[in-house]
Amino acid sequence: MRMSTCMTWVAVAAAAVGCATTPSDSEVNAKAAQMLKASFKEAGQAKLDRLDQDDTQRTCSLYAGKALPKDVAARIEAANLATIQYPADGKLVGDWKNGEKIAQEGRGKQFSDDPQGAVGANCYACHQLAPQELSFGTIGPSLYRFGRTRGFTDETRKYAYGKVYNADAFAACSNMPRFGHSGILTDAQIRDVVALLVDPDSPVNK
Amino acid sequence: MNQIRWRLAAGVAGVALAAFAAHAPGQGSTVDEIAKYRAALQDGNPAELWEARGEELWKRPRGPKNVSLERCDLGLGPGVVKGAYAQLPRFFADANRVMDLETRLLYCMTTEQGMADADARKQLFGNGNDRKSDMEAIVAYVTSESKGVKMNVALDDPHVREMYALGERMFYFRGGPHDFACATCHGEDGKRIRLQDLPNLTTKEGAQKAYTTWPAYRVSQGEVRTFQWRLYDCFRQQRFPELVYGSDASIALTTFLARNANGAAFDAPAIKR
Repeated sequence: MRMSTCMTWVAVAAAAVGCATTPSDSEVNAKAAQMLKASFKEAGQAKLDRLDQDDTQRTCSLYAGKALPKDVAARIEAANLATIQYPADGKLVGDWKNGEKIAQEGRGKQFSDDPQGAVGANCYACHQLAPQELSFGTIGPSLYRFGRTRGFTDETRKYAYGKVYNADAFAACSNMPRFGHSGILTDAQIRDVVALLVDPDSPVNK
Repeated sequence: MNQIRWRLAAGVAGVALAAFAAHAPGQGSTVDEIAKYRAALQDGNPAELWEARGEELWKRPRGPKNVSLERCDLGLGPGVVKGAYAQLPRFFADANRVMDLETRLLYCMTTEQGMADADARKQLFGNGNDRKSDMEAIVAYVTSESKGVKMNVALDDPHVREMYALGERMFYFRGGPHDFACATCHGEDGKRIRLQDLPNLTTKEGAQKAYTTWPAYRVSQGEVRTFQWRLYDCFRQQRFPELVYGSDASIALTTFLARNANGAAFDAPAIKR
């Protein structure tokens, strides 16, 4: 029986984690799921359903930071690509000045945040953007000169919108939140962040 | 007390001036200045005040049974505090549970001292102002008694082994609207969030450096924060629901990180920004 559950689990996780060396993986996973629900309580806007993983979260968790097999990565990227909804009016670029504010704003979705208050993208936590801002993180790549480097083209604008909307469509198990897909940012906010990246007048491209 | 505050303020002001004078663009210099700021903070650590208050609380008879926590067994025998933190979490047969220090203290407050669980949990975190936490003080005291002791969390017991494995799962568990896991910020070397350096907790060096410097006096909060608080606040920022103090997930993660820190000399209560 342990063998069969193990095989099922391996079918999900492919060869990422060896079954032979850790025969109780499936048991640990079952216990982990139980433990999780008993270890958190809802607070403010953060309800317990935030612990319910979708397929992308579940699969990325199982690989535990290891490289994904190509077919698994392709599956995740395809599933996430299918979620991207480009604005019906075709307008992908908003106001870079507002985009800069959204990039600076770290609040939003924490149980300590006012549910009616500001929700930002906190881009600077992980990325360099406008060169004037020295307090930037390095979890993600520098985005300084994003538009200038890639060209001020329709293709660049579409990529930027899609990447902010759902980063996993372009890099499976990205560290970057899926801002549109997960309902963190509104369409208008995504447009403004895109403007910060691709508008030739944005400080990012100076 | 005033002297510590003054030295702290003078040190911070001095470094701030130095940072201003040497202000030059480029992240290298900024990071250097922050390192100097942190070094200046080491000069006087207000955590000593928490340690002193915690020692008094540890030894004073309290609760409905009017006994002191010196009856509490932290794993090395009743009342033994020296080196106790460096071997936690561990399995406690009397509670039939793997426990970290803070869960064990709650257990002792309720079983030995006879407090109601709700009373023991009344002020787990100080509010940065007039409402100080007895728990934070007691933890400051107990952990200070492990200063210089090498971390030594044993995995011989199957319960602890299981908790370690569960902690590793927790570390990589992605959830919430932002898809964040512990590993999102703490899975690679040399990363920063804004200007804050992030330890890579998947490496021995990273886990050792991080785990041995908690609890810490947080200058920005004016309180000594414990490891339970550290996890609670990480999950808040991960956009998860609220981590229950002393929950199995918190103990599992603590077991994972404490064990990975084995071999390093414990060096807390520390002081952080």
